[in-house]
Amino acid sequence: MAGSIEHEIPLSATDDLQSLPVLGKLHEWVVTVDHKRLGIMYIAGGLVFFLVAGLQAATIRLQLAFPDGNIVSPQVFNRLMTMHGTAMVFMVGMPILTGFFNYLVPLMVGARDLAFPRLNAFGFWLWLFGSLLLYFSYLAGDGLYGAGSAPDVGWFAYAPLTELPFSRGNSTDYWILSILLTSVGSTATAINIVATAFCMRCEGMTLGKMPVLVWLAVVVAFMMIVVLPPLSAAQAMLLLDRFLGAHFFDTQAGGSAILWQHFFWIFGHPEVYVLVIPAFAFASEIIPVFSRKVIFGYSIMVAASCGIGFISMSVWAHHMFAVGMTPAGNSFFAASSMLVGVPTGIKIFNWLGTIWGGKLRFQVPMLFCLAFLFQFLIAGLTGIMLAVAPFDWQTTDTYFVVAHFHYVLVGAIVFMIFAAIYYWFPKATGRMLSEKLGQWHFWLFLIGFHMTFDTMHFSGLRGMPRRIYTYQPGRGLETLNLIESIGALVQGIAVLIFVINVMRSLLAGEEAGNDPWDAWTLEWSTTSPPPEYNFATPPVVRSRRPLWDLKHPDDPDWKYE
Amino acid sequence: MAAAPTTIPTPAVPWRETLPRKGRVGILSLILTESVFFSIFVVAYVFYLGKSLAGPYPKDVLSTPILNTICLLSSSITIVLAIRSLRAGAIGAFTVWWFVTFALGLEFMIGTAMEWHKLIYHDGLTIRTNLFGTTYYSLVGLHALHVTIGLLLILLVGILTMCGYMNERHVERTDVLSWYWHFVDAVWVVVFLTVYVIGR
Repeated sequence: MAGSIEHEIPLSATDDLQSLPVLGKLHEWVVTVDHKRLGIMYIAGGLVFFLVAGLQAATIRLQLAFPDGNIVSPQVFNRLMTMHGTAMVFMVGMPILTGFFNYLVPLMVGARDLAFPRLNAFGFWLWLFGSLLLYFSYLAGDGLYGAGSAPDVGWFAYAPLTELPFSRGNSTDYWILSILLTSVGSTATAINIVATAFCMRCEGMTLGKMPVLVWLAVVVAFMMIVVLPPLSAAQAMLLLDRFLGAHFFDTQAGGSAILWQHFFWIFGHPEVYVLVIPAFAFASEIIPVFSRKVIFGYSIMVAASCGIGFISMSVWAHHMFAVGMTPAGNSFFAASSMLVGVPTGIKIFNWLGTIWGGKLRFQVPMLFCLAFLFQFLIAGLTGIMLAVAPFDWQTTDTYFVVAHFHYVLVGAIVFMIFAAIYYWFPKATGRMLSEKLGQWHFWLFLIGFHMTFDTMHFSGLRGMPRRIYTYQPGRGLETLNLIESIGALVQGIAVLIFVINVMRSLLAGEEAGNDPWDAWTLEWSTTSPPPEYNFATPPVVRSRRPLWDLKHPDDPDWKYE
Repeated sequence: MAAAPTTIPTPAVPWRETLPRKGRVGILSLILTESVFFSIFVVAYVFYLGKSLAGPYPKDVLSTPILNTICLLSSSITIVLAIRSLRAGAIGAFTVWWFVTFALGLEFMIGTAMEWHKLIYHDGLTIRTNLFGTTYYSLVGLHALHVTIGLLLILLVGILTMCGYMNERHVERTDVLSWYWHFVDAVWVVVFLTVYVIGR
């Protein structure tokens, strides 16, 4: 050993760990800056929080299954719904979607890694510890006054309830700090994605030849860059209020509670699009492959996504119709909210145009996509209803609103997350997920979803208020609530099947090969799972479907683009 | 070069060079996100103008920080001169301009500290006094925090230069850092106009 140089130091450092194989593996994952490992850790971490926050939702449904429910106390119920909402947005939606972008964007643009790999690792660990901080509040949120454990102020944490006199102890501080940390991490990732898409593209990949997913990743990243700071700024103000005695949202010193609402929803509404545009991105990759056609209207698709990104930043106050704004304000935000429907409608027609006349393959990823199309349409339609201010006054803070946004968050986003997992799992692990278990997962989840959330529209119209820990019998709400709860159980079983499917495939899944779906983007040209350096030689592309060109040299795409 | 009489077939530009530099895209994205962060504090400041329930009010206690402003804005010029020297390979001139930039930034922080000292101990204005105190200290303090971060980074580069690690290969990175510094200066223009001109 004495003769060797250079290599000696790193090798001997890992030698110590090789005697402990588990620790060695763990060490590898902890110190990694590889975008694929970080992407997998994002997604896996997000799925764990998905199970936890899903169990919290199940407890909520158990409590509400019957009138005068007594399973949890009102205080515990408030914590459950706050933690469920906060976790599903910041600890599930954001990490899983940025995890996919982390994994896919460098592969799809033919790069070796993201533009700033260490920044990427930094963002991930901020996210992870920020998320753990939120759940740590269950153990440590008591603070000085013994008032509450986990945050209980709702996911949008309206002032002045969050001010010190009304929210004693530290539970609200946990909510603030946890989200502040994850937001910084998400911003870091967003900057990374923008820089990767603009600066790391392989030879020949002009902006107009980037896969739709990469374009939408750029749109989402730009949105994160612009919309996360309002939340962080407002949270910084709230921290100043709570710790230094400032008066930003302190109504007794002239501060405004409405200002918090504005700041929150300037973030909060675009955030919905930050979460749903990745779902669009997955659909735009999966639907063409399973329809055996190129995406219909590539440039219109990209333009519509940019349009959604811009318009969605001017619609926030439709969450605040009930506050009592001026008629001009109400009209503006109603009109701009409806305007978002136009580019969104364009996208739906583009997906339909892609499916139209295609040679459809009804495998699990495609099934989730088709359900997504249908459900997202319904979600959009109820969205248009809620954009009408007088209708919103009637239904605000009822289960109609809950049904609407769960149609977006579950019906569109969770469905597309499942589609994406079934589609890219073979690439990331080298193993296929079982088609049969996948079918069971899909159909049960579909049935459970519709039992729960279709019904919520009706219980909402009948006056079931949102965020309430129980209701009285004899108001026509019992049957509806029971159906909703049974639906939640069915969804739970479906998710359990999904977990079994993943475990089974990891242990003994069918080998996937490089390109199990006969797809066209660059990630399928490398091995499954890809090597650390992604591509042995930097790829060169001439069209939007580089693998089609390779497989069909007689009829390449670049002749027509 | 342009006047060369013979036409030499220019090689096609290598693909890599047609792409923007990742450092620049990164710093521009950071500047964008920071701008939004600042604008929320500016909005809060403007929103609460004249809404304080009790004094002291801006017109009673604020005096325009002319010297501070001149120092901070001219530091943008000196940092440009520093980068230009570095690009020309003049490490000595770079070092001088770099530390002039640092000194100007430091003067700004000292000026702010003196202003705050006067406000707190003479005028009795703290962050908890009224809405003016709340918004003033948070907005100006947020900017001062960014100046401090910038000064630490400038100092770090300065120390590395003194140790002899600086050369032309680091132009790109140093330039990216200077963009951040320009951003901090530009934010001061907005803060200055909001707090000391419009808000008074």
